[in-house]
Amino acid sequence: MTSTTASGADFPADSVGLVTPQTLQFDQSLALECGSQLNRWQLMVETYGELNADASNAVLICHALSGHHHAAGYHSPEDRKPGWWDNYIGPGKPIDTNRFYVVSLNNLGGCHGSTGPSSNNPETGQPYGPDFPVLTVADWVDSQALLADRLGIQQWAAVVGGSLGGMQVLEWSLRYPKRLRHAVIIASTSKLTAQNIAFNEVARQAIRTDPDFHGGRYQEHNTIPRYGLRLARMVGHITYLSEHSMGEKFGRDLRKDQLNYGYDVDFEVESYLRYQGDTFSESFDANTYLLMTKALDYFDPAADYQGNLPQALAKAECRFLVVSFTTDWRFSPRRSEELVDALTAAQKRVSYARIKSQHGHDAFLIPDERYQAVFSAYMQRAADELTPSEVK
Amino acid sequence: MRQDLAIIANWVKPSAHVLDLACGDGTLLLHLETQKQVKGYGLEIDPEKITTCISRGVDVIEQDLNRGLKNFADDSYDTVIMTQALQVLRRQDLALDEMLRVGREAIVTFPNFAHWRCRLFLAFRGRLPVSRTLPYQWYNTPNIHLITFKDFEALCADKGIKILDRAVGNLAYEDHWKARLWPNLFGEVAIYRISR
Repeated sequence: MTSTTASGADFPADSVGLVTPQTLQFDQSLALECGSQLNRWQLMVETYGELNADASNAVLICHALSGHHHAAGYHSPEDRKPGWWDNYIGPGKPIDTNRFYVVSLNNLGGCHGSTGPSSNNPETGQPYGPDFPVLTVADWVDSQALLADRLGIQQWAAVVGGSLGGMQVLEWSLRYPKRLRHAVIIASTSKLTAQNIAFNEVARQAIRTDPDFHGGRYQEHNTIPRYGLRLARMVGHITYLSEHSMGEKFGRDLRKDQLNYGYDVDFEVESYLRYQGDTFSESFDANTYLLMTKALDYFDPAADYQGNLPQALAKAECRFLVVSFTTDWRFSPRRSEELVDALTAAQKRVSYARIKSQHGHDAFLIPDERYQAVFSAYMQRAADELTPSEVK
Repeated sequence: MRQDLAIIANWVKPSAHVLDLACGDGTLLLHLETQKQVKGYGLEIDPEKITTCISRGVDVIEQDLNRGLKNFADDSYDTVIMTQALQVLRRQDLALDEMLRVGREAIVTFPNFAHWRCRLFLAFRGRLPVSRTLPYQWYNTPNIHLITFKDFEALCADKGIKILDRAVGNLAYEDHWKARLWPNLFGEVAIYRISR
């Protein structure tokens, strides 16, 4: 199953080029943490590179809050932008598609082709809407394990993710300790802080109090809670940037060379946020946004161990790379260091780098020399463990 | 093989759990891992050295030693090692306390400021010594707290720290009868194994 074609002289040399997502159907029931279950569901998946003979070179990419399966390459020669993590996935890039077979999916509950609140409920023929079960990080990992089974992957060479994606990676290491050799956890945390949950609650309230939300049944009313989603995204976006990066990008620049003395856009930053909010509200499903923020809030693998994280980590068997960014205040270096401290206390193999960056939480998506060097060094090491005959 | 690595490897128990403070490019940990099957981590702040450790498969954690070892529990390591870094720290007394809180034993190495060449340099030129173990000028040196063997041993005595072993030699840790007889005068570098 390869979706990369070698065509496209138009694409950069270090790009995976043209990729085609595919839908995988699952008719096996998936028991969910909330007590409910999904009987028939589908995942939207993209793959890059080639699986080797003994299926030992597979890398799973776990996406963040607003992410999806399209992590690298282009869907058409006309695409203006490549996938969301194209800076880090491709030939010769940290996740080197010359050596690894990369699997990227849209998580269950998503709105980019995998079964989610906007999909039709097979029982009713109507969109699930608010009836779609609240999923957890563990549920996602379970569904990803069934995806691995389907692809014939017994053990991932590495599971990799940033932010909410990093939580899935951590959950993988505890839920299926024998099914991965390396865990790469970037700009993430083992649990959200009160401040972080608070930001999510503001986003949820913005959506749920939009008159067009209709208790989550907006599809039935042929509308979307545009203003709520827009506001949710605007708040979120501010927290993904740093004070410095916003200052650099916009400063106090005015949209027109004078003040309006009114409530229309005066400053460039306002215009930018409105634009971001508008684009997002047209392309992202509100119920999915609610579900993803809840999954973030609920994640806490130490909860079953009276908050003792080292004890919770005892069952992990893989090696870990943890990376944080200095100006990230949504998932601050302190949170990564708590995880690293727990991993060392549990005597797990771990390396940690704290990357100096001006880009806040978004730094995990942006090119950075040192981040690339650390990430590449770790992944090359993981690739070198594959025996020569295994490497294509 | 580097003589200091051989001496340290001799002093570390097989399969010990070790913490290497200012681990550099991971050479010592790699050596201990292959020779003595030790497990543990290196702490480092230099970005390039961290990347080198990672590419060699050495577990390295980015951490500034001047902020202490608060994130490590009491007695959580068999041996805490610090090679050629004691003199760059702000408070060596506190660093030793921390090393012996976290580790049951510690191994430290540092250059001797009382070596005869340093003494002659200061005595005759009237300027701060620049030598092969301390190759910096006074204004750009990272070695902000220079140490002599005697000073170090006096600090250990004050703190009730036991010196379990000491190896003194030139830069290559080659043993010499003069360094054995008058270590503080003829020893360029020393390795100490200490405990509470």
